[in-house]
Amino acid sequence: MASLVIAEHDGKTLKDATAKTVTAAAQISSPVHVLVAGSGIGAVAEAAAKLAGVEKVLAADDAIYARMVAEPMQALILSLADKYDAILAPATTSGKNVMPRVAAMLDTPQISEILKVVSPDTFERPIYAGNAIATVQAPAGKKVITVRTTAFKAGEGAGSAAVESVNAAGDPGLSKFVSEELSKSERPELTSARIVISGGRGMQSGENFHLLDKIADKLHAAVGASRAAVDAGFVPNDYQVGQTGKVVAPELYIAVGISGAIQHLAGMKDSKIIAAINKDEEAPIFQVADFGLVADLFKALPEMEQELTRLGY
Amino acid sequence: MKVIVPVKRVIDYNVKARVKADQSGVDLANVKMSMNPFDEIGVEEAIRLKEKGKASEIIAVSIGPAQASETIRTALAMGADRGILVKTDGEVEPLAVAKILKAICEAEQPGLVITGKQAIDDDSNQTGQMLAALLGWPQATFAHKLEMGDGKADVEREIDGGLQTIEVKLPAVVTTDLRLNEPRYASLPNIMKAKKKPIDEKTPADYGVDVTPRLKVLKVTEPPKRTAGIKVKTAAELVDKLKEAGAF
Repeated sequence: MASLVIAEHDGKTLKDATAKTVTAAAQISSPVHVLVAGSGIGAVAEAAAKLAGVEKVLAADDAIYARMVAEPMQALILSLADKYDAILAPATTSGKNVMPRVAAMLDTPQISEILKVVSPDTFERPIYAGNAIATVQAPAGKKVITVRTTAFKAGEGAGSAAVESVNAAGDPGLSKFVSEELSKSERPELTSARIVISGGRGMQSGENFHLLDKIADKLHAAVGASRAAVDAGFVPNDYQVGQTGKVVAPELYIAVGISGAIQHLAGMKDSKIIAAINKDEEAPIFQVADFGLVADLFKALPEMEQELTRLGY
Repeated sequence: MKVIVPVKRVIDYNVKARVKADQSGVDLANVKMSMNPFDEIGVEEAIRLKEKGKASEIIAVSIGPAQASETIRTALAMGADRGILVKTDGEVEPLAVAKILKAICEAEQPGLVITGKQAIDDDSNQTGQMLAALLGWPQATFAHKLEMGDGKADVEREIDGGLQTIEVKLPAVVTTDLRLNEPRYASLPNIMKAKKKPIDEKTPADYGVDVTPRLKVLKVTEPPKRTAGIKVKTAAELVDKLKEAGAF
């Protein structure tokens, strides 16, 4: 049959997570269609049509989808589900929000955060905060899947899929959007940045994160944080890297003042290169770091910045 | 208004899970077990609602082995009023849990169900959403702040871009995120009192739910291991080594 990918976007731009989910979908069931639901999403649908490996884009343009609230999204996806044997979404907060509702109504188990498609019905997924990997086989019938997008690469080349409008499926009127407080940043997003620099409890305050910002600006890096730093109120929740926050796998991850609790490691240990700065040489972060520096971060960060300047960054 | 708090017995969050040599699963023999931390946040939130006069009764529900009654006792010692233990052997998948909880909700008619956003063993992040869908209720996942209104609740949610507030009609399902509250410790007198609070024992069959797993676990393996690299002496050396390695 075919698979349906629920696009991740902010109303204006299509997120990278969509292309990576398309890659996973193509390994399960082809052709791949992408559902773009939102309000005024013409440009997003056009961008989805250009993704490699996409045959058709379904555009559901209606005010009720503006914030991708769970209940109307459930109704929309279910109205289209008949034609697909696999329905996938990236394991973002919006994917995690709606997909289990879809699975429940289809009476099928959801397979969460797949890391690998072993065969069209068999998948690898992390359990126990990434301390174990389960290989699971889905029963016959429709599959509902969320995808850990750091484990898949976006397809290469460009596509030219047709964009087709689909009807809105109604609003059950159970909930409504009130407001949003989004972090504004000129920097790349945590989950798609090539370089991530994160601070932990060792940063001591939110103001001290500007030491990381300076390095991030030079390297075009995203800034993240450990749970301890978020819990302490240094930075907002959307900075959190870890099993229950964001999972990242950049080319370079720099952990500063982060001890390396299991749940933090679960969110970054698939990074290509890991560098760590911590004054405690026993910190568990050094057991996974390719390059470790035992030092006071308040001395090390300005020195790093200087060296980067010297090298022309 | 009744509040139902599902509580799962899982490996303690301080214990590192070890994969069994035969790859059949994670070794749980002689491992410390505790209440799923996100569920603990759910219990705390329910108790706070009761303290504010917004909830009348808190029912802690656990689906699991006989020892899950200890997890319910923990919730009772924190301040829940009574418990329901649905006894099962082996793993129960989120969809089956949601079906059992749906039957309990139909019998108890709560105004709110507060679940953890995920359990730290299977990391599924499904049960609350599935329950809401099966009941035809609204949901507010990843709750950061909960404000009860008249027949509705405003919930601030932790989303990838920051925070989002939605209004849900009651009854509703709320799933907790880390910063909703800090759960209390049960005091000794409350632990003693909890021993007298009632726990109903049930089976999935009482609710007409088949809990046979639908996903087949073919194997459970260790993740690829990383090994410690080298230590550098100065920050400048760190930058140079990273550049050499092609990191930027």
